[in-house]
Amino acid sequence: MLARTCLRSTRTFASAKNGAFKFAKRSASTQSSGAAAESPLRLNIAAAAATAVAAGSIAWYYHLYGFASAMTPAEEGLHATKYPWVHEQWLKTFDHQALRRGFQVYREVCASCHSLSRVPYRALVGTILTVDEAKALAEENEYDTEPNDQGEIEKRPGKLSDYLPDPYKNDEAARFANNGALPPDLSLIVKARHGGCDYIFSLLTGYPDEPPAGASVGAGLNFNPYFPGTGIAMARVLYDGLVDYEDGTPASTSQMAKDVVEFLNWAAEPEMDDRKRMGMKVLVVTSVLFALSVYVKRYKWAWLKSRKIVYDPPKSPPPATNLALPQQRAKS
Amino acid sequence: MSALYNLIFRNNTAFVGAVFAGAFAFELAYDNGMDKVWDKINKGRQWKDIRHKYVEAEE
Repeated sequence: MLARTCLRSTRTFASAKNGAFKFAKRSASTQSSGAAAESPLRLNIAAAAATAVAAGSIAWYYHLYGFASAMTPAEEGLHATKYPWVHEQWLKTFDHQALRRGFQVYREVCASCHSLSRVPYRALVGTILTVDEAKALAEENEYDTEPNDQGEIEKRPGKLSDYLPDPYKNDEAARFANNGALPPDLSLIVKARHGGCDYIFSLLTGYPDEPPAGASVGAGLNFNPYFPGTGIAMARVLYDGLVDYEDGTPASTSQMAKDVVEFLNWAAEPEMDDRKRMGMKVLVVTSVLFALSVYVKRYKWAWLKSRKIVYDPPKSPPPATNLALPQQRAKS
Repeated sequence: MSALYNLIFRNNTAFVGAVFAGAFAFELAYDNGMDKVWDKINKGRQWKDIRHKYVEAEE
């Protein structure tokens, strides 16, 4: 009993000490500001001064810069229309006839300014061209050889392992030839632009006959609402009948744009067909395995899930005993 | 049932062999079957469907 009271007394003492400690800390933290010196008048003056400084700096900013208008619709560019591309469906490959047409459009139209530097001729074999066609196409261009035994680099006709030639020697030459604007490389352009296929199709077909009233178009630029900033250095290039398709498809503007967009999507994702085919196989197998695992789980848990827990109360009440709590007993 | 047991499950070597052979056979059959389905879904869209136009024209 003595031990219990001793314990309790130390506990109360400890709590008192804690309280004292906290009190000391609080007084120390408020001491520096000088609680006695804070009069309501001084507080009001400080608040008014801070508000005046804030309002004044905002007014000064707008006086200097005016109302900032970032990301206007013109800067953002018109959002591209969603088109139902068949090759974007989960289980559809590229339409290789369209790829062949699109490659023809690229070669005859786009390739005069845009490079496709990540696509080798060998990638075209078996997807767009036959081996003989690809070899003939590669041989039309000259490439540097390895240095010979005198260290001279000569020219040789292209091989299947060579990459499609760039229209310009380097970026500076490309800029110089295009009024300062660099035509981007098209190898990954579908992945590199928001909206992908939709954006490029909208851009190619979205040139109005003349810029709308009130639109400002910079010198040497063309108006295209889908291009962020609306001023694009590339003029409209696709006109009806520009290309003579070998398979007899009517070469309308939208047909050419659609074909070249599908081709550029192939250039950006040449693995897409195999990827989707493998994805289909994986999804089928995993869905079967998942169903199997659900069945096995339910089978194994059936005994547990179907059991019933019943409370069976005792028949007669238990004999009365002293069930008072220990503290009450100690007090009494 | 006992014939199956005696043939496959009784002997560990036979059992492991059956697992490997079964995996091989299943993979073969499954890949072929799914490729057929794939070609049916994408009839006329793949290079092998249009290849004959260009290969025959050159030969």
